[in-house]
Amino acid sequence: MNEVNFLLWVRGIGFDIALAIFVFGIMLRFMEILWLGRKPELAAVRGNGVASGMRTVFSRFLPADSNTLKRSLFMVVAGYGFHIGLFVVIFLFAPHAELIESVTGLSWPTLPSPIVDFFTVLTMLALMALLWRRLTHPVLRFLSTGEDYLMLLLTFLPVLTGYMAFHHLFLSYGWMLGLHILSVELLLIVIPFTKLIHMFTLFMARWYSGFMAGQKGVQS
Amino acid sequence: MTTRKDLTVGEALRTQGISRRGFLKFCAATASMMALPPSSIPAIAAALEKARRPSVIWLSFQECTGCTESLTRSHAPSIEGLIFNVISLDYHHTLQAASGDAAEEARHTAMKENDGKYIVVVDGSIPVKDGGVYSTIAGMTNLEILKETVAGAAAVIAVGSCAAFGGLPAANPNPTGAVSVSELVKDKPVVNIPGCPPIPVVISGVIAHFLTFGLPELDNLGRPKAFYGTSIHDRCYRRPFYDKGLFAETFDDEGAKKGWCLYKLGCKGPTTYNACATMKWNNGTSFPIEAGHGCIGCSEPQFWDAGGFYKALAEPTGNFTTTAGVAVAAGAALGAASGLLNRNKQKQAGAEHETVTADNLEKEQTS
Repeated sequence: MNEVNFLLWVRGIGFDIALAIFVFGIMLRFMEILWLGRKPELAAVRGNGVASGMRTVFSRFLPADSNTLKRSLFMVVAGYGFHIGLFVVIFLFAPHAELIESVTGLSWPTLPSPIVDFFTVLTMLALMALLWRRLTHPVLRFLSTGEDYLMLLLTFLPVLTGYMAFHHLFLSYGWMLGLHILSVELLLIVIPFTKLIHMFTLFMARWYSGFMAGQKGVQS
Repeated sequence: MTTRKDLTVGEALRTQGISRRGFLKFCAATASMMALPPSSIPAIAAALEKARRPSVIWLSFQECTGCTESLTRSHAPSIEGLIFNVISLDYHHTLQAASGDAAEEARHTAMKENDGKYIVVVDGSIPVKDGGVYSTIAGMTNLEILKETVAGAAAVIAVGSCAAFGGLPAANPNPTGAVSVSELVKDKPVVNIPGCPPIPVVISGVIAHFLTFGLPELDNLGRPKAFYGTSIHDRCYRRPFYDKGLFAETFDDEGAKKGWCLYKLGCKGPTTYNACATMKWNNGTSFPIEAGHGCIGCSEPQFWDAGGFYKALAEPTGNFTTTAGVAVAAGAALGAASGLLNRNKQKQAGAEHETVTADNLEKEQTS
C-alpha cells in the first residue's frame, strides 16, 4: 500500500467505519443508560431541581474549592491544561474545523496555526505529566488498570502524530497525515466503550447530580 | 570530419552561439536547483564541457504529448531548451522528420551504435491488458517496444505522471491495464519526473545531472530529491495565510480576491512534492496557485483518483451519511433492547427479593 492509497483509505472507508462504530456506540450507551430509569423520588420536593441541574452542568467546569485546589494542585493544573489543550487543538485548528463542517455543516472561527501548535505542545506535556503522576503516585498506580494506560496512549497518539505531520517529522506529510487520521479513527472507535464516554455522559451525570441535590434543597 | 553527433556538450553549445559566461551561468543555475554547493559549479562545467552528447530515444506511449509540449513550447529559446538541443535526440515521434520504417530504423541504429550508453525517455503509460493491444506503434505493442529499447539502455527517465505512476490512463477503472515504467523495468535505473506536465527545467536538470554526476539522488517514489524534496505547501507564497487561518471559501469571495490560502477549496499543496512554487511556469511567470487555483497534486501517484480536486485534504472522501444513519438506528434499537432486558432483570430481581429480618438471621445462626 502506498502513501496515496493509505491516505485515501483512512479518509474514505476507514473514516466511514470509525464514524459508524462511534455513533452506533454512543447511541447504544445512551439508550442503555436512559432505559435503566430511576426510582421514584418519594421525599417532598424542597427546591428547584431543574435550575440546580443546569447550574451544576456549568459550575463543575470551574475548579473546586480552594482546599481541594491546594491538595491536588498538580492534578488540577495538568488536568485542566490537557483538557483545554485538547479542546483548542481539536476544535480551533482550521483543517479540523473544515472536517467538522463537512460532516455536520457547523462552522466557527479558528485560531492561527502557531497558537494551535503551542497548545499541542501544552497538551502533550500535560498528558506526559499525568502519566508520570499515574506511575509514581502509589495510590493512583494501585488503582490504575490497563485501560487507563491504553486510553492515555490512544489520546496521546493523535496529538503526537498531528504535531509530527505539521512539522514533517520522521515521515512524509502524506504518511504522517494518514497515521494521524488513523489514530483518531482508533480513538473514535474506543470512545463509546471505554471511560472516554465521559465526554458525553458527563453532562447527563452533572445534570442529574444537580437535579437531585436541588430537589433535596441542598447545594450541589 | 567531426559530425554534429560527435560534438561534446560544450562544443555543441558554442555552435549554438552560447558564450562561456552563459554556459557557466547555466552550470550555476543547475547547481543551485539541484541543491549542490557552489564549489561544484566548476566540476559541472568541466564535466558538461567534455561530455559526449548522449543518444536519447524518446518513447511516447499512452500520453497526450503535453510533456513534449511543456519542454518545447513553454520557454522562449533558453539555455535549458538548448541543452535539450545538444543531446542527440535520435527518436521522437512528434519531433522527428522521419516516419514509418525510416523512423523505426533510426531507433534501431541509435540502439546499435550506443549500446549500453543511450538514455531512454518515456512519456505515457504502458497498457498491458489483453496483451497490450490498446496502443501499438509500427505493429508492435508499447510493451514490446519498451522491452526491446530498454534492454541496451544506460538509464530510463520516465517523464510525466503517466510514465512515472500510470497517470490518467491508469485512473479508475483503468480500461487498458495501464502501468508505469518502473512497474515493468526492474533491471535498469529509472528516474521518475512526474507532473502533468513536469517542469521543463527539471527534465533538462536531470539530464544535466546524469551527464555530470550520474544519476541524481532519488526519493522513495524514484523522483530526484533536488526537485521533489519539499512540498508545494511549504514553499507556497500563500503559506502565511494558511498559518494565520485566512482562507478563501469560494473562488470569488473576498478571501480569493485577497489571495488567501486555497486549502479549503481542495488545494493538495500539503501532500504534493514538486518544485512549482519555486521554479514556476512559463519562464518563471507563475504557478497554478498564483493563478488562483489550488494545486491538484499532479506529480503524486493516482492524483486523478485521490478524493476529488475540490475536496479539502481534511474532508472525508466517502459517502458516510447512509452508513452513519444506519449505525445510529442500529445503536438506538440495540440500546433500547438491552435497556428493556436490564429492566426486566431489575423487575425479576425485585420480585424474587426476600426480606431478611433480624429473626431470620438469628435462626440461621442457631441452626
